[in-house]
Amino acid sequence: MTALDHSQVKEGVDQDTVDAVREVGSTYKHGWSTDIEMEYAPKGLTHDIVRLISEKNEEPEWMTEWRLGAYDRWLKMVEPDWAMVDYPKIDFQDQYYYARPKSMMVKPKSLDEVDPKLLATYEKLGIPLREQAILAGVEGAEGAPAEGRKVAVDAVFDSVSLGTTFQDDLKKAGVIFCSISDAIRDYPDLVKKYLGTVVPVSDNYYATLNSAVFSDGSFVYVPPGVRCPMELSTYFRINAENTGQFERTLIIADKGSYVSYLEGCTAPKRDEAQLHAAVVEIIVEEDAEVKYSTVQNWYPGDEDGKGGIYNFVTKRADCRGDRSKVMWTQVETGAAVTWKYPSCILRGDDSQGEFYSIAITNNWQQADTGTKMIHLGKNTKSRIVSKGISAGQAQNTYRGLVSMHPKAKNARNFTQCDSLLIGSKCGAHAIPYIEAKNNSARVEHEATTSKVDENQLFYCRSRGMDEEEAVALVVNGFCKDVLQALPMEFAMEAQQLVAISLEGSVG
Amino acid sequence: MALPKIKETATETRLAALSLPEGGWSEPARRAALARVQSSGLPDRRDEYWKFTRPDVLVGPDAPHAKALETDEGELFDSFDRLKIVFVDGVFDAQASDDLKLEGVSIERLAEIADQDIHWARDLYGTLEERAQTPVARPLAALNTAFAPDGVVIRVTGKPSKPISVVYHHVAEDSDPMLHHVIRVESGAEATILENGPAGARFSKCMEIDIADGGKLHHIRSQGRDHERSAVTHIFARLGAESSFKSFTMTVNGHLTRNEAVVELTGDDAIVHIAGACVGDGDFLHDDTIFITHDALNCESRQVFKKVLRNGAVGVFQGKILVKEGAQKTDGYQLSQALMLDGDSQFLAKPELEIYADDVACSHGCTSGEIDETALFYLRSRGVPEDRAADLLTLAFLAEAVDEIEDQAIAEDIVSRLENWLSRRR
Repeated sequence: MTALDHSQVKEGVDQDTVDAVREVGSTYKHGWSTDIEMEYAPKGLTHDIVRLISEKNEEPEWMTEWRLGAYDRWLKMVEPDWAMVDYPKIDFQDQYYYARPKSMMVKPKSLDEVDPKLLATYEKLGIPLREQAILAGVEGAEGAPAEGRKVAVDAVFDSVSLGTTFQDDLKKAGVIFCSISDAIRDYPDLVKKYLGTVVPVSDNYYATLNSAVFSDGSFVYVPPGVRCPMELSTYFRINAENTGQFERTLIIADKGSYVSYLEGCTAPKRDEAQLHAAVVEIIVEEDAEVKYSTVQNWYPGDEDGKGGIYNFVTKRADCRGDRSKVMWTQVETGAAVTWKYPSCILRGDDSQGEFYSIAITNNWQQADTGTKMIHLGKNTKSRIVSKGISAGQAQNTYRGLVSMHPKAKNARNFTQCDSLLIGSKCGAHAIPYIEAKNNSARVEHEATTSKVDENQLFYCRSRGMDEEEAVALVVNGFCKDVLQALPMEFAMEAQQLVAISLEGSVG
Repeated sequence: MALPKIKETATETRLAALSLPEGGWSEPARRAALARVQSSGLPDRRDEYWKFTRPDVLVGPDAPHAKALETDEGELFDSFDRLKIVFVDGVFDAQASDDLKLEGVSIERLAEIADQDIHWARDLYGTLEERAQTPVARPLAALNTAFAPDGVVIRVTGKPSKPISVVYHHVAEDSDPMLHHVIRVESGAEATILENGPAGARFSKCMEIDIADGGKLHHIRSQGRDHERSAVTHIFARLGAESSFKSFTMTVNGHLTRNEAVVELTGDDAIVHIAGACVGDGDFLHDDTIFITHDALNCESRQVFKKVLRNGAVGVFQGKILVKEGAQKTDGYQLSQALMLDGDSQFLAKPELEIYADDVACSHGCTSGEIDETALFYLRSRGVPEDRAADLLTLAFLAEAVDEIEDQAIAEDIVSRLENWLSRRR
């Protein structure tokens, strides 16, 4: 973190913020690797590799065909270059597309049968794979009642899922939570019905690549009227060298259901950059609600920008039913390059989409991230709050789209994106697209700290604060709210981040 | 990289219909500009920079026919003492123009000075346009540099006693004029430039403005209210230390208008304000594309754009503030707002910030919506008829942009035009 130590920090940026950013970026705690015998598919990408991945996952013929179709399309596509990220050209033939621990060749029946080395990996990361109530590393959780803190975890190690906890409890509630490879075998009708309906096969270059070669990921189905009894979580770990991870997650919240889903990810320190191209699809039916929280902590590369994960992610939620709701919360601290736009298609009337993001880039990290809110239904609402913090030589871009279609009568959007620069060598950028196609829709895009809630401001000022103090308090309060709204799983990360204030930020 | 075939063909077709003025000091600059057009090709709807505005009518070999509007509304700025330079369909009208002599300024015409071997404008002609071709190509501006046969060449050395007013009349239904103006404001000098009129069926105009340290330029224009005309205009400005450039544009009607302004703040403590008020009804697309580069300390930039849209009118705003590394203490502000008077209109915007310096204050705001029901109700409860109340609120909405005009008398003239538009609805 030399970059921060040597850079002049301008007046007005408080020391706690600088320290917190330094803390987040200084030592990558998850940079160790697990020494384990692996089985690889041959390097490179061909029709045969796609078939091989499908075969390894014991997939039915229709799935193999789906993948091959995607691969053929991908071959005709051009790698996009519009994002404000700059990285050496990726050699897609110099990657492994499938890697699994040898001990996983015969799929264990339960987590008890999984190689202890693998289990130890997750233990070291603080991820509870035993069906225990206590979250590792969270203070005070020991005394918490077991019922209150249950989190079901699906652990994905390189290309395979090791297993999923609390399956019995979930089954009792009717919730399906398993790896996507299991779901393709066990619930083909559900997968067939929904896979690729939110992010079509040819949506974009990386999504198409993912469709061809995705190896594992999670599948969630919450039946009508069910409130999922515990948080669901997937933890992605890249371990093998020169190996891309292509996860695929599909979440379906049927009518009137609710689910909160968490995602975490880490990778070892390697000199070579590694590829991660994920697709997440969420379907939200009438009156259903999905909360999707991510703490993205891939290896960001070293101080000189060597190594790190290239994170090309397509995440999209389709609010199909009336009054459906989706909330994306993301804390982006890792990855050398991030290209990620969790989006909401607000199709149902009165549906709502929310996007809360804190992206911290340091050293040579580059993040181009944001959201798309597509308002199609009447009275749809969306809110975007994005905080970007840049230090060292990092570049941090907010890119977003708010689109109000002609039929989205009385739709509302509020967008606020703030950025903070620490040091004079980094950059912060905002590229919002706004398309308002009917007059009853109201779009407000603000990138100033002066446009916080007037009532709160007035209240603070009536108590004797000056305007600046009042704004700082309200903005900070809001930032903390987002972080505190993160589920307990992420309490550790969140605690580090709450010290960050946005005083002295630029729009 | 080779151009896509379709773009190459479109570009060649357009170029074949034009002839490049030969000889004199400007020819090398014109040839270089032509090369720029050939290498980037003319814009089409696949270009990201033309995402919201289809450039077809601006690019085709012939100008789509457009009738000149007959109106009994008096000419804008008529009540002001000014030096008039008149172009009819792009052709200089000596009879209607004043004598081009005024203390503190030299005014010449590009066509007249063209065959000289050397002229001060040589250092500027095409230079600022070329600088503005990165990071985004602006081929229609390069096309103008290559082919514009005339324009005014102004060098401000003092503080002229009255504004210089360029008037553009439109008569012929198929006129396709191109004008290229070059303006140099010397150190400590100050002038006001007025522009008004539709100029032609399809109008292309470039204005290259170089303001030396401490120089000041005010620019106020009105783009004429012919319904069918189309126009593409570019302002390229470079500002020295402690200089200032304030520009305001009113656009009333017109089938398609694309106004680009590219401003570089190269000296410390410089100030640029760019503002626009546009009102459109029906077949109307108005596009403001602004690119401001801060490359010096303690500069201020301000963009204020207001659009009133009805009956399917489309408003476009693409604004960008680029703060280069080291451009500390920058104060950048950008506001783009649309008021849609009915359900058919559209507002499409891309307000961008790109910042590489940490001690800056940059903000942008972008909103779109309809007339505030509460305010309307309030006015009606005070006895104001509904139509009148809506007009008042619309004018109040536009006022923030009109307020950018420093000269009160001119601002009032502009407001009266906007009021007229509201009362006749077109």
